[in-house]
Amino acid sequence: MSTSAIAANGLRKSYGDQVVLDGIDLAVPEGTVFSLLGPNGAGKTTAVKILSTLTSADAGDIRIGGHDPAADPRAVRAAIGVTGQFSAVDGLITGEENMRLMADLHHLSRREGRRVAAELLERFGLVEAAKKPAAGYSGGMRRRLDIAMTLVGNPRIIFLDEPTTGLDPRSRHSMWGVIRELVAGGVTVFLTTQYLEEADQLADRIAVLDNGTIAAEGSAEELKRLVPGGHVRLRFTDPNTYRSAATALPGATRDDEALTLQIPGDGTQRELHSLLGALHSAGVEADELTVHTPDLDDVFFALTEGGTIPGRPEEALR
Amino acid sequence: MNNLPLALRDSSTLLRRNLLHARRYPSLTLNLLLTPVMLLLLFVYIFGDAMSGGTGRTAYIAYIVPGILLMTVGSTTIGAAVSVSTDMSEGITARFRTMAIHRGSILIGHVVGSVLRSVLSVVLVGAVAVAIGFRSADATVLEWLASCGLVALFALALTWIAVGMGLVSPNAEAASNNAMPLILLPLLSSAFVPLDSMPGWFQPIARYQPFTPGIETLRGLLLGTEIGHNGWIAIAWCVGLTALGYFWSTSTFDRDTS
Repeated sequence: MSTSAIAANGLRKSYGDQVVLDGIDLAVPEGTVFSLLGPNGAGKTTAVKILSTLTSADAGDIRIGGHDPAADPRAVRAAIGVTGQFSAVDGLITGEENMRLMADLHHLSRREGRRVAAELLERFGLVEAAKKPAAGYSGGMRRRLDIAMTLVGNPRIIFLDEPTTGLDPRSRHSMWGVIRELVAGGVTVFLTTQYLEEADQLADRIAVLDNGTIAAEGSAEELKRLVPGGHVRLRFTDPNTYRSAATALPGATRDDEALTLQIPGDGTQRELHSLLGALHSAGVEADELTVHTPDLDDVFFALTEGGTIPGRPEEALR
Repeated sequence: MNNLPLALRDSSTLLRRNLLHARRYPSLTLNLLLTPVMLLLLFVYIFGDAMSGGTGRTAYIAYIVPGILLMTVGSTTIGAAVSVSTDMSEGITARFRTMAIHRGSILIGHVVGSVLRSVLSVVLVGAVAVAIGFRSADATVLEWLASCGLVALFALALTWIAVGMGLVSPNAEAASNNAMPLILLPLLSSAFVPLDSMPGWFQPIARYQPFTPGIETLRGLLLGTEIGHNGWIAIAWCVGLTALGYFWSTSTFDRDTS
């Protein structure tokens, strides 16, 4: 077990009467991606603010890269890079000037600063836009510049607070590529997101934050195992075919209005084979067949407050 | 790196950023000069004859220029309130706060940049004044230096107040509104008419505020009128406002962000 890049025990924070974080524990091993997943207002941003020295915790023991943010914030700041929810770029100056500003604040020499800036602008596809004011950049370009600025000091621990919120699919995928590259380089990434797919794609470990507490934690696979609900769905257009199929498959859940059948199962080849065999012997053909495996959406809805799994029997909520 | 070199290095980096903004967008500063220049022209060419009470245009120009110059200082410091507030709301300040830089340098960069812009603006407005006929009455080199010092001190004091206003404003528009007193106060001072020509109930309002002693001092230095205690009172105002603005700004800035 490698050492923890980020560790927090009993982290608490309230604003007035409102409890935002109610004693959460986190441990992120070096060189891994940890995703804090939760709906809006769950306390994700507050957690990032505390871990990145922007806000103090009311209680809790925190170590970032081995340093305590309350006792030695500068040591923590020297180890981390932060990209907040809203792009923290200076819109009045150009992309290149933003990069050089970061280089100067990291006390790089002029030459070194110029080299690092050029390298990162190149890596993030911002060379053409480098001489233009950042205010004119698209959302995706601003985020890329934002991350590039965060990387100037070569931080070993990076906090990304909803890095893809508001990005189009192409920009989102390119951001995922960036995050994977970082991790390949040994960087520890603390990622908050409200997109389950993003956590599923990127994170080694995921914690579901709801109402200030960690509702569940584990790898994406472990979390999915918490919630049953895999099934095959068959849709028909002809009511007669639908009825024959329903007779041939007694274990199916019927939806007579929509003419669909749901057959519980985990979507393995063997199960599909026997299902198709049963349909074949009954001489019916479905108009559409879809395999639904439990995904993080199911976990999310099951674990976060007030969530019910749509179209799912109650026992799934156990 | 110990503290002082770090502070100097980071402050100069952030000052360069501030001046880069000013250089890239001169209109931001020039817009703030419109009010003092317009008032100068309005009072000289439109109201001048009525206001001067028959002493003549040249004498009235001489009378109002010191007030216009300090009003220019007040006006340009509004720019500091706006840029501080913009930085706060756009997240760049949050970025700076998560970096291992000298914390104070974030505000110092704004303050020094604003003082430099104010002094430059006073030079520009002063040039307009000279162009329409303002002449100093045999001010010595020492008096010129003292005038520059007073302008700089005034700019420093008002900038720290403006920075505090910028920090407590949620956005740039609010910052600009909150900083309005910095340009309205000179209208309620001895900038355009002498105190003793004002109604009696109003005189204390005009007397006990920073602009009147500042203007009287500058007038004395440039035109040789009686300064009296105004010099010390002006310096006391500047020191007091600087201290007030400094402690207000730094305590607001260091407060937990919510």
